[in-house]
Amino acid sequence: MLDILKQPILSFQEYLSLAGRATQNIIRRPFYAQDVLLQMDTIGVGSLPITVLIGFFSGAVMALQMSRALSQYGAAGKVGEITAITLVRELGPVLTALLVAGRNASGIASELGSMKVTEQIDAMRALGTDPLKKLVTPRLIAACVMLPVLTVIADFIGLFGGYMIAVPLLGLTTSTQYWTTSYQSLVYNDLTQGLLKPFLFAYLIASIGCFYGMRTSGGTQGVGRATTQAVVAASVWIFVLDLFLTRIFQ
Amino acid sequence: MAEECILRFEDVSIQFDGDDAPALDRVSFELLAGETIVLVGAAGSGKTIILKLALGLLKPTSGRIYLFGREVTNYREEQWYDVRAQAGVLFQEGGLFDSLNIEENVSYPLLNQKTISLSPAAVHQKVEDALQFVGLAGTLEKFPSELSGGMRRRVGIARATVTEPRLILYDSPTAGLDPITANRIIALLLKEREIRNTASMIVTHRFQDGHMLASFRYNPQTDKVLKVAAGEKHAHRTRFFVMRDGRMAFVGTEDELEASTDSYISKFTLQRA
Repeated sequence: MLDILKQPILSFQEYLSLAGRATQNIIRRPFYAQDVLLQMDTIGVGSLPITVLIGFFSGAVMALQMSRALSQYGAAGKVGEITAITLVRELGPVLTALLVAGRNASGIASELGSMKVTEQIDAMRALGTDPLKKLVTPRLIAACVMLPVLTVIADFIGLFGGYMIAVPLLGLTTSTQYWTTSYQSLVYNDLTQGLLKPFLFAYLIASIGCFYGMRTSGGTQGVGRATTQAVVAASVWIFVLDLFLTRIFQ
Repeated sequence: MAEECILRFEDVSIQFDGDDAPALDRVSFELLAGETIVLVGAAGSGKTIILKLALGLLKPTSGRIYLFGREVTNYREEQWYDVRAQAGVLFQEGGLFDSLNIEENVSYPLLNQKTISLSPAAVHQKVEDALQFVGLAGTLEKFPSELSGGMRRRVGIARATVTEPRLILYDSPTAGLDPITANRIIALLLKEREIRNTASMIVTHRFQDGHMLASFRYNPQTDKVLKVAAGEKHAHRTRFFVMRDGRMAFVGTEDELEASTDSYISKFTLQRA
């Protein structure tokens, strides 16, 4: 029994050690500002088109699904409120995080994994650079800054998607009522969890991607394995963390 | 006056998790200034592990390692950076950074070693000189993927030597290369040794590489490598280590290696025939 648990516990301990040291490096010299900006571009700007697309359709689908149920109770005017709360609290952070996990946890793991198997990480250490400072910390910072921004964009685009369904297409409510109820329904608690969730999800995505990338072994096959493991682990932990955060904010 | 000991291993062993036997088993040796050690042995015999231990990229399970007169066995990663600044390394496939061009690759140790502080112009000049040294002066703007295997290896040598280190570790510098390119690489190693008198360790599968290092020298006047007379061999102080299953099966000169009747050891000298 203990032998079965030994490996996962060891891996978790290694993950905590990597994440802890990478976090400490945020305030330690040298700072690789250029690498942070480059990663912000890759993670943030690179993920923008797909975030906008998914944000729009998730908002539209949400409004469409709600329209029938709300109409039954004569509350069709509440569609903006429901869409806003659902998007800001839950769908925006989780869907955006899952998209970024799929796109960037895999990207980070495969990039670092390739560097590991081609001895570029060892070369970096041998040439005087701490790979954690140069490779992991910039990705952590970039993800933690860009995912909340992407989430806010996804929330707005989602609300706009909901508006397109609720107002011009189905005529459930007026434009003013839709935007007013959307705005008024949100309280500070919603906004706090709507921003804290993507921040913590981003930390998970980047650290898990880096962890699997940095421990890659076994050539190109190993890179593929690390990539898959990173996406699966990041996605699962997003949902686990989401449950805990939602419970805390209830 | 006793010669400076650059690298010393004392009963160094390493065993990886899950392995039944140690990957390196009680290995001891000394590498003196200006000396060359040629490490030969079958794949998985522990050659590359010795290089990685010497640079602190792996930690030994037991034993002691001394580098440049300091005991580095239990050094933390931050402590290693100062020590590594005095050593150059060529990784098996060159270990070049894919995302950086050749100039950025070669200048990397100059810009990132804490002990080195140069102006951008001085860095550029050093990079040009290092690439000139390996015959790749016109490749500054190219990326590693645009170069052939042999050229990448030569860029790796330029990067390993650009800081003018006291010790250079070469991991299979000729692996996978055609004989002409392989000989060119070894000629560069001879040139480096001749000009800078650097201590070096070379991991190789090819006995011919060791033979060239032991029996040839670079002539700076003619820019050619020349075979040395039999009596001159000792001047270059090239020793051969044969690794077998993590242990040193042989330590000696080329002549002693060739005279060995051990069936495993003689397999490496047979390559020459």
